Amino acid sequence: MIDPIFLAEAALNGIMLGGILALLALGLNLIFGVIDIVWIAYVDLVMLCMYLVYYLVQVYGWPVWLGALASIALGALLGIGVHLLIITPILGSAPINQLLATGGLLFFLQSFATFLWTTDHKSVRMSLPSFEVGGIFVPLTRLIPFAISIVALIGLYLFLTRTFVGTAIRAVSQDREAMSLMGANPQRIYIVTSAVGGLMAGLAGALLIFQYSVHPFFGGQFGPLTFMICVLGGLGNMVGAFVASFIMSEIISLAGVIWSTEMGYVIAFVVFIVMIFARPGGILARRS
Amino acid sequence: MRAPRLLVAVLVVVLALVPALPMAGMKQYVLHVMIQILIWAFIGGAWSLMGRFGLVSLGHGAFLGLGAYCAVLLWNFFGVNPWLAGIVAMVLTGLLAAVIAYPCSRFQVVGHYFGLVTLAVGEVIRLLIVAERDWTGGSLGVSIKPVGGDSLLAMQFADKRVFYYAALVLWLAGLWVWARVDRSMARSAMEAIGEDETAAASVGIHVTRFKIGITVLSAVLTAVGGVAYAQYISYVNPDTLSGIGVSLRIVFAVVLGGMYSLLGPTVGTALTIALSEYLRIAFGLRLIGMAETIYGLLLVIFIIFLPSGIYGSLAALLRRPRRTPVPAAG
Amino acid sequence: MSLLELTSVTAGYGHFTALWDVALRVERGEAVAVVGPNGAGKTTLLRVISGILPVRAGTLTFDGAALAGRPAHEVVAHGIAHVPEGRRLFPALSVAENLKMGAYLPAARAHYRESLERVWALFPVLAERKAQRAGSLSGGEQQMLAIGRALMSRPRLILLDEPSMGLAPVMVLRLFELIRRIRAEGYTILVVEQNVRQVLKLVDRAYLLEVGRIKMEGRAAELAEQDFVRKAYVGL
Repeated sequence: MIDPIFLAEAALNGIMLGGILALLALGLNLIFGVIDIVWIAYVDLVMLCMYLVYYLVQVYGWPVWLGALASIALGALLGIGVHLLIITPILGSAPINQLLATGGLLFFLQSFATFLWTTDHKSVRMSLPSFEVGGIFVPLTRLIPFAISIVALIGLYLFLTRTFVGTAIRAVSQDREAMSLMGANPQRIYIVTSAVGGLMAGLAGALLIFQYSVHPFFGGQFGPLTFMICVLGGLGNMVGAFVASFIMSEIISLAGVIWSTEMGYVIAFVVFIVMIFARPGGILARRS
Repeated sequence: MRAPRLLVAVLVVVLALVPALPMAGMKQYVLHVMIQILIWAFIGGAWSLMGRFGLVSLGHGAFLGLGAYCAVLLWNFFGVNPWLAGIVAMVLTGLLAAVIAYPCSRFQVVGHYFGLVTLAVGEVIRLLIVAERDWTGGSLGVSIKPVGGDSLLAMQFADKRVFYYAALVLWLAGLWVWARVDRSMARSAMEAIGEDETAAASVGIHVTRFKIGITVLSAVLTAVGGVAYAQYISYVNPDTLSGIGVSLRIVFAVVLGGMYSLLGPTVGTALTIALSEYLRIAFGLRLIGMAETIYGLLLVIFIIFLPSGIYGSLAALLRRPRRTPVPAAG
Repeated sequence: MSLLELTSVTAGYGHFTALWDVALRVERGEAVAVVGPNGAGKTTLLRVISGILPVRAGTLTFDGAALAGRPAHEVVAHGIAHVPEGRRLFPALSVAENLKMGAYLPAARAHYRESLERVWALFPVLAERKAQRAGSLSGGEQQMLAIGRALMSRPRLILLDEPSMGLAPVMVLRLFELIRRIRAEGYTILVVEQNVRQVLKLVDRAYLLEVGRIKMEGRAAELAEQDFVRKAYVGL
């Protein structure tokens, strides 16, 4: 029988992972909700930011917090760049062309990263203590990123609900044409949205590089997970994505300790397929 | 746009003669490339059955992988010949397709959302294959147990020319299915659905049934393609046969060639494979990753600047200027 | 010089032409109506004026500025507010947030508090429901909110697209009363309506649009005598 301590640890790890996954899922959803395009290459942007932090912190010895800020900045820039260079030309195109454009970007980024940095895994070495709470070990390398991700998510919430631009972004996702009748230049709103989405990718990258190693096909690890979470929560549904992030991370974490990491993924996937069949609109199925 | 039967017939004759042409020692390589083109063109055609009606699947790797691994694993572990295994593969992929298509159809999951769902499913299959590494060999893949010599039952042949003609037949069969779907009632129904689902439904077209039908057909044919490819290469690997990578490649080839024409997928596949081979040879082992990088870059540029693919763009160039607009009807 | 002037405007969707050679003007402080049957192109006309739909031919001048071909968000900045057909509120945003979005323009944002107070004064019902989701309001309340939202941008010309649509007769009367009040505050109004009776009582002049062309034009009182209006009495 499994030691309940292990289960509790796994559950806790699941929650901590869930926080970061939520950043990814919400970033992707934000962009889709406003611009109506899925950035298939989204997690590959995270990969680029992870490389940045690796080089700045591990190779050039920058302080961690500065490296993280740089990552966030790069994320925002990449978001704007992707929108201007790739999304804007295809805004009016058929969905398939739009999907292929961001899909092609995925090819490009993964192979370019291979070319630049080879397929070697790179990670940032950081030894932080773990502390013990009632027999459960909580590693700071997981706890701190989790705390930061929660702060970021709260920040996103406040941005979207309390600021003018944030409310405008929500408005555009509900009715784009009506918002242009309010005098809002849609392109400007898209750029802000892409910057915020990219920013979240950059933050996620900074938080992930301290727990996972980066390599050109990192997107192949976290990408599918992010897509599944988005579908599970209902594409475009921010609250759904938030909830689904934790559901998925818990399943993977718990199943991972009960059986194996592989089985964890397998079960999460099976749950995903079942959910598609039962509730394709997402767990908080609200018809868009 | 329909390619006249004459063109196809001429093409078939030309292709049938290829193995007989002198090629200065390059024949094995040329045949190898052409077999790949024929099989992938077949798969692309299968995909386009869905794509042309607005059902953009980015997860055909799921069906491809299921088909390929079915054939290999059933043979390696249970000695089931690929013909039977192929039938099993068809049933499994058909089921999977129905499981996905039914709820998506009923709940109006379309466009980007549908693309994302299929993308996720494709990745699920890939990760499942990798996870079950005791069976599947994980990311290293698995080879087909050789039967030692030629065998029709085991679909193993030493001579590439047998595979070449088999691939040619497969490709032709794919064209035939495409043409049948094109001509049938199903096609008008699907187009009506593509234009306006509610209107189509109100006329009595059973939207759900058609969507599921075309998805299952597309999936099943793709699985057959997977079996064929696995048998030819006699090795399967989760990254070449499932996942985002292969799914996107299939779609790219079809869209670049032209989604709405009979020979579009073939043209697109031929071009993308030729391009890919050219880049691979040009860069060789120098600058690892550069060939793929350029490939990806070209794909993005193509999609942005040639949205209707090569066929579509050519057709637009040759089309007469539009008539003046008809007066308002009120 | 008229506040708004359209000459020979032609516009449509794809192969379909919805407006032919439309000439129209609105003077400062006026209230003008465009009436006509369903599908005549009335909504298209407003969409062309506010910039959602591009002009194929003709000119569109607002206070001297040529606006044909300008995108919607620029047109709004010139001082035209469009209350769209079906209101097009932001359903998941609250009443207050919807109004906030109305003041998106920098010029409007500077006077945000003042405009908001004005709207609460004009529509006390909305003040009571500040935090309520716009999607859960009644039809009449939604129309008020839509108009209030337009007022937030401090426009000089307000375009109203079928404001009485979907409203109970009692609400319609109240609505037109409100529009009268707004008009009295100095706003210039161009209203498109199917409810011919009520709207002709409200406006100074009116145009009759049929099958994309202006068929008739004149003072409201004159048009009220016309056959098509009498037919409308029976039809309603």
